[in-house]
Amino acid sequence: MPVLMVEDLHVAVDSKAELEVIHGITIEINAGETVCLVGESGSGKSVSSLATMGLLPKGSLKVTKGRILLDGENLLDLSPSQLRDRRATRMSMIFQEPMTALNPVIKVGEQIEEVLQAHTKLSNAETHAKVMDMLEQVGLPDIERIARSYPHQLSGGQRQRIMIAMALVLEPRLLIADEPTTALDVTTQKQILKLIKELQEKHGTAVLFITHDMGVVAEIADRVYVMNQGDLVESGEVKQILSSPRQDYTRRLLSSVPSLVPRASRPVIRKKLALQVTELNKVYGRGGFLSKAKTTHAAREVSFNLTAGRTLGIVGESGSGKSTVARCVMRMIDPTSGGIRVGGQEISGLTRKGLHPFRKRLQMVFQDPYRSLNPRLTIEESIIEGPVNYGTPPKAARARAGELLELVGLPASAAKRYPHMFSGGQRQRIAIARALAMEPELLVADEAVSALDVSVQSQVLELLTEIQERTGIAILFITHDLRVAAQICDEVAVMRRGEVVEIGETADVLGNPQHEYTQALLSAAPGRDWDFANFRPVAA
Amino acid sequence: MAEKTLRGAFPLSTRKISARIGIAPIIAAVVLLIIILIAIFAPLVAPHDPLLQNPIERLKPPSSDHLLGTDNYGRDLFSRVVYGARVSLVIGIGVTILSVVIGLAVGLVSGFFRTADAVIMRIMDGLMAMPSVLLAIAIVSLVGASIWTVMAAITIPEIPRVVRLVRSVVLTAREEPYVEAAIALGTSMPRVLWRHLMPNTFAPLTVQATYVCASAILTEAILSFLGAGVSTETPTWGNIMAEARVFFQLKPSLILWPGLALSLCILSINLLGDAARDVLDPRMGKRED
Repeated sequence: MPVLMVEDLHVAVDSKAELEVIHGITIEINAGETVCLVGESGSGKSVSSLATMGLLPKGSLKVTKGRILLDGENLLDLSPSQLRDRRATRMSMIFQEPMTALNPVIKVGEQIEEVLQAHTKLSNAETHAKVMDMLEQVGLPDIERIARSYPHQLSGGQRQRIMIAMALVLEPRLLIADEPTTALDVTTQKQILKLIKELQEKHGTAVLFITHDMGVVAEIADRVYVMNQGDLVESGEVKQILSSPRQDYTRRLLSSVPSLVPRASRPVIRKKLALQVTELNKVYGRGGFLSKAKTTHAAREVSFNLTAGRTLGIVGESGSGKSTVARCVMRMIDPTSGGIRVGGQEISGLTRKGLHPFRKRLQMVFQDPYRSLNPRLTIEESIIEGPVNYGTPPKAARARAGELLELVGLPASAAKRYPHMFSGGQRQRIAIARALAMEPELLVADEAVSALDVSVQSQVLELLTEIQERTGIAILFITHDLRVAAQICDEVAVMRRGEVVEIGETADVLGNPQHEYTQALLSAAPGRDWDFANFRPVAA
Repeated sequence: MAEKTLRGAFPLSTRKISARIGIAPIIAAVVLLIIILIAIFAPLVAPHDPLLQNPIERLKPPSSDHLLGTDNYGRDLFSRVVYGARVSLVIGIGVTILSVVIGLAVGLVSGFFRTADAVIMRIMDGLMAMPSVLLAIAIVSLVGASIWTVMAAITIPEIPRVVRLVRSVVLTAREEPYVEAAIALGTSMPRVLWRHLMPNTFAPLTVQATYVCASAILTEAILSFLGAGVSTETPTWGNIMAEARVFFQLKPSLILWPGLALSLCILSINLLGDAARDVLDPRMGKRED
């Protein structure tokens, strides 16, 4: 008998039963098996998992039809208190953001003990021993100290290990992991995936793993369910799904995954230097009035050149200083020392006023398209803001905004609408149009495609390349995603703890990495052995 | 321009609004509207001159001529309460407008410019440390009591509260990428403040304004009651009650009626404020369990 059997599950908006978000899905998971539920945002994968846990937001969503059997017991028939008991002892869940899932004012060791005290009759000594054993099992160092720590004293990876320890301490039959590694760096992600796999083998847990990342699927799944807009599109063994998908949707999803194999470098056509950064330093936190200086060197002696018409990628994990460099170049923050030359002009020492004429020449596309457009302005007002600031008559600017919208693949008639009427991908196009309205020489894209689904991501990347070929703009592309970097960058700089450890042509750096950190990053990239676009393993 | 900035600050449709807040705020709105109408049309509503003394008619019980009876000078209590609404509302609305306008301007500057912030907030801390009634008494005793000095005296302690609110909203909003984008687009600082930051403050300010209004009306009544408010020649709910204090055991209704009017007015404004908060900030609204 399968551990979890979801039969013909329908979920609808509570007040309007005709508004269905899940249209009858059937999922089966056996003991010791890892099943991946993949899909893009809005596909209903998280709603399905919440329905299984009985955690659908009350008053907004409810199960209208179907059965959810955990070891043969229908969870939908249980009372809230029975369900609460099952949630701890028979099934448990880990979430994407471990910081918000842990209580910030209770020591993590006590939080795990609490789970045991609520559901078992172990003595204090036994509880403590069990917690320590669990912390040991999830591979944490110095477990006595960790148990006495508060969540904010631990790193993201450590917090996620605590969550896993908490989820598995009662040895549940089913573990639901909802994007548990999405907020983590690749090297940490690799360790966490390995940990989940190990613990699962040891305890025979059934794992329902929810992810949007095909690389993770290739790494961890036994079987895969593909979801799209509330429907189950396809299911099967992981090998079969990845090598011979039957449905068009799955095929499209897989072919949008950017390849880790770098694209061929483009020849240098223009000789003009668009951006020259020399020995840039940024130190955060000068000492206070009485306190001793506690400083963080966020960028250390960073130097690079970027010629017109080319794309330089800065890759690295969180805290590597890549965003600091981007923000120094944009002069959103003031560099501590070093030079920034835009088109041959030094801008690092300019004041706000002195900077005004140069703002026009460098523009930025931000990570989160939901926050980078003012929700109270129409997209036309947003796009013409820059040109009007520099003296373009509003009428001419409006006409230009229409052209730009068409350039980024939106109808000119969209100009009068507000940002909330557009999808994430469309908003990112609008943000690109806004940056282009200034006719800049340099575009800084800070994780500009990280918040987008893969299919949308590939469209935005194509758009950037196309615009670059047409206008000869230089792009400084900040990303943590090596796959994206491999596909869009001509050159790549790898950063770690504020320093550039390796820089060069993309084909060299990612194809034949010299520095051990670059090698570690590449080997941690999930699904590196699989060529998704061609549905086959990477030719060795 | 102002219209453009306002648009989108209040994002909900009227149907959603009525579904979320229930019946109490609607009653409150009606009550407040009646009080406002009474204040505007006081000469038509009041049957007598509120200042006309008639010693023969002293401390009379309610009758057809004097709906609520008369006070110790034989003045018609109903007419006095009706005219009293005028002072209360003028002070409530005046203080609200003054403190919101000044507080908004100071708060925007304080939230956006770090150097200005350090100075402004210390001044605001200083103002907040003074009990508002005492400060008002001090100012009134220095410059003398008139409706304007009372209004100024009540406004000054209210300003820091508005400043703090606006500043906190600006501090959060200025980190939004769209504000950074505007700076990258070469938008001038005053324009960033006006166009991108200020509209974020409208919703919380609307809520705060109702509380400022209610608190101003109450403070005015307290000042009048203590004898530091508008001179007794102008009837206010506060000074009607102050004068009636002596005759409380003889005729408690002299305090009851202005007190009731004051309570109703403040309750209505606070209910409207709560409703505005529920509508504008859904997270604070009723939770469904």
